[in-house]
Amino acid sequence: MTRLTRVRGQLIWLLLALGAAGFATAQTPADTGFLATLGELREAAYADKAAIAERLTQSGHPAVRAALTALLEDRMYYRNTDQKIFLVKNGDADPLVLIDPLTQKEAGSAPADTLTKISTNNSLRHTLRTTVAHFSLSSPDRGVRIDAVRDVMRSLDEATVVLLRERLRQESDPGVKEEIETCLALASLEGSDAALKLDALRKLSKSVNKDVRNGIAKLVEKQADGSVLEQDAKVRQAAVSALDAIDGKRSFYAGIETLFFGLSMGSVLVLIAIGLAVTFGVMGVINMAHGELMMLGAYTTYVIQSAMPGHIGLSLFIAIPAAFLVSGLTGVLMERTIIRFLYGRPLETLLATFGVSLVLQQTVRSVFSALNRSVITPEWMSGSMRINDALTITYNRLSIIIFTLLVFGVIMAILKRTRLGLDIRAVSQNRSMAKAMGIRTEWVDAMTFGLGSGIAGVAGVALSQLTNVGPNLGQAYIIDSFMVVVFGGVGNLWGSLIAGVSMGVFNQLLEPFAGAVLAKIVVLVCLILFIQIRPKGLFPQAGRAAEDK
Amino acid sequence: MANGSTPLGISKFVAGESKAARLFFVALLLLAAAVPVLNLVVPESSPVHLSAFGITLIGKYLCYAMLALAVDLIWGYCGILSLGHAAFFSLGGYAMGMYLMRQIGPRGVYGDPILPDFMVFLNWKSLPWFWYGFNHFLFAFAMMALVPGALATVFGWFAFRSRVTGVYLSIITQALTYALMLAFFRNDMGFGGNNGFTDFKDILGFDLHADSTRVVLFVVTALSLAGSYIVCRIIVESRAGRVLRAIRDAESRTRFIGYPVESFKLWVFGFSAVIAGIAGALYVPQTGIINPGEFAPINSIEAVIWVAVGGRGTLLGPILGAVVVNYAKTWLTGAFPEIWLYALGALFILVTLFLPNGILGLLRSKGKPKA
Repeated sequence: MTRLTRVRGQLIWLLLALGAAGFATAQTPADTGFLATLGELREAAYADKAAIAERLTQSGHPAVRAALTALLEDRMYYRNTDQKIFLVKNGDADPLVLIDPLTQKEAGSAPADTLTKISTNNSLRHTLRTTVAHFSLSSPDRGVRIDAVRDVMRSLDEATVVLLRERLRQESDPGVKEEIETCLALASLEGSDAALKLDALRKLSKSVNKDVRNGIAKLVEKQADGSVLEQDAKVRQAAVSALDAIDGKRSFYAGIETLFFGLSMGSVLVLIAIGLAVTFGVMGVINMAHGELMMLGAYTTYVIQSAMPGHIGLSLFIAIPAAFLVSGLTGVLMERTIIRFLYGRPLETLLATFGVSLVLQQTVRSVFSALNRSVITPEWMSGSMRINDALTITYNRLSIIIFTLLVFGVIMAILKRTRLGLDIRAVSQNRSMAKAMGIRTEWVDAMTFGLGSGIAGVAGVALSQLTNVGPNLGQAYIIDSFMVVVFGGVGNLWGSLIAGVSMGVFNQLLEPFAGAVLAKIVVLVCLILFIQIRPKGLFPQAGRAAEDK
Repeated sequence: MANGSTPLGISKFVAGESKAARLFFVALLLLAAAVPVLNLVVPESSPVHLSAFGITLIGKYLCYAMLALAVDLIWGYCGILSLGHAAFFSLGGYAMGMYLMRQIGPRGVYGDPILPDFMVFLNWKSLPWFWYGFNHFLFAFAMMALVPGALATVFGWFAFRSRVTGVYLSIITQALTYALMLAFFRNDMGFGGNNGFTDFKDILGFDLHADSTRVVLFVVTALSLAGSYIVCRIIVESRAGRVLRAIRDAESRTRFIGYPVESFKLWVFGFSAVIAGIAGALYVPQTGIINPGEFAPINSIEAVIWVAVGGRGTLLGPILGAVVVNYAKTWLTGAFPEIWLYALGALFILVTLFLPNGILGLLRSKGKPKA
């Protein structure tokens, strides 16, 4: 503590004072002063607000950081009736969830129009950001410290450099140290010492951070008058090669990211198609109501979530078997009452199941209304994992990939390892022989169709996490799912997996050049052309069984 | 011709059909004659007066009937189930829409003498190349038939040559119309994005909102339907028609006997698309709007159900089916909007399960003792 008194920046001193301050619950004189200063923000001009923020920081009160962060994020309001200041949880919500500025505890909620927001402007936000970063740098949480360093990287000045040097000496965590060193190297590029700059560039070329890249690019960019900022040719050359190194690495990670997006998009395609791969692929039934069976699964998720509002994550796990049952039973009912009369007449099956899809859509519309319902995503699915500065992997995409693989594995296990699976394969290969062997083909038909429909329901649970749950949910996916099955080769589950994933990756590769809609059109057209070349898909069935279909 | 006398050469074909076909012709011609009288001559106060709305409605049904006829020609007679015929219908409609847009001229909201309103709105400076020529009716008219026909021929050439049949063909036709729908929804395509074309003023110099224009459009539609019926009749009664039915019933066998199955399928598919395109072109000036929603896969599938309801494999069936189903739709969506999709869904299921030959098949089996 005594070491720090040498530091001229007042803020640092305050930071430590803050850390030492106790967490009194009763309103002390310090609290009263804090609230009074906070209250001044209501009517102050922008320039004065900066001064008030400065005074707040100097007061060293423990609640300052939360208050200033809220102000920075447009989450500070005052109540119109009694002018009392509140922080809110989410500025876009209505009613607003109020938070007491002193204790950071929730203090009820109020309609948005009964409160007035304390606004900020660009220069005020700049000041606030630095101030908040200073607070964060001394946080005991490693993640917060790293984020704070990355934050100040965007607004480096002499004061922050001093601060970072000081922090570096105390820092024990190698990750944070690394970040600070990168930051300091970036700062030294603005100095005049060429040797120091070369050193810094060598270090920075290992980074993949966008801000680092932009910082180096500034050195060699042409100014408006045609001159270059950096005078030393050697430094310029080093900067160019550092840029190349960074850009190379960044585009490598961008490629990985596209691949990952493609894989997750492909997983969705596989998931929506895999039930169809069972009903269409194994049984040869054209089920146009497949999309509506997914919709039923999505609505099941919605119903279960509404029934147990406190347990969002748990309700999702309950929804998976529930959706399987709801859609599976609907499927068995369809098979017993309609489809079994139409075996061997694929075009009639297509029309009848389309009729079923219309009835299901209207049923849902009558029961739940035509409006979209929103299903809440559990918290553990909404975060993201940061691999490095250029690559972030979101958990919802990751979980959809894992979920698809799980579902695929379960279906493969059912088909290859269970008695039912054996029967299904026997019936699909040679119906009369299977019957002669004593397999109850009618029962197997119903179970197979139920299995495929149930999987559609499970896919619906996943879709409820990705899109709005509405009566038209199924229609949006039906063509995609048929294309995946046909592309992969009817009757081949591995084919569907590979087809779905490659369609997803191809689509993502196209998107940067063509945009989302055009990419989709191109994929569709490519598929139509592909079917001309290989009418039976990527992996056609061979042998006598294939001839019958 | 305008009041609908039957040319002599055609009477042979009409006579060749059953009594029902003759009845249909009489009914259609009576309709074409009665509608103008009921609208223009009968005073508005009279209970039998037909409003302009009524004319448009019946005109719409007749356009749908043409589309159903086109679907039946390939499905009922050649076994090709297209789930994308609404694409050809819409393309014909868009061709007509482009002509009508050019006719608006400087009367648009922005008053640009050449560019349609939506292009001005999108800040386009000049007309895209594919809009050239659409100010001439004859060119536009040719495009109404040629564009759907050419698309069907190219698509069919690829599909039939590699022997994509049955369900696979149905699914890729559906993908085709879906891809077109997505494409036409884009503003960059130059077809008005999701708003499509509307606010038409006049056609060939006649005001589209005038009753007399509507009556003429209606009569033209009725005559086109009659004409399409006759041409389809000629096709299915000819030797080629017998080959088509042979392909429907046993494609491989027909191929082995030595008939070029692919070329037969190709031209009947192309011709069917032309009929659908003309139907779409007649549809647009009567309804006054065309937008990408017309490409929606469900529209194509609905057209298939008209055929199935009326009676697949007859030429009268689809016409009957289109009118009956659409009348039911108009009535139900007005009286019980909740019921319509249930009814349509039930229709799909019940017709395929219990009425494999449609209404016409039912009437016929009742009419004569079983052989």
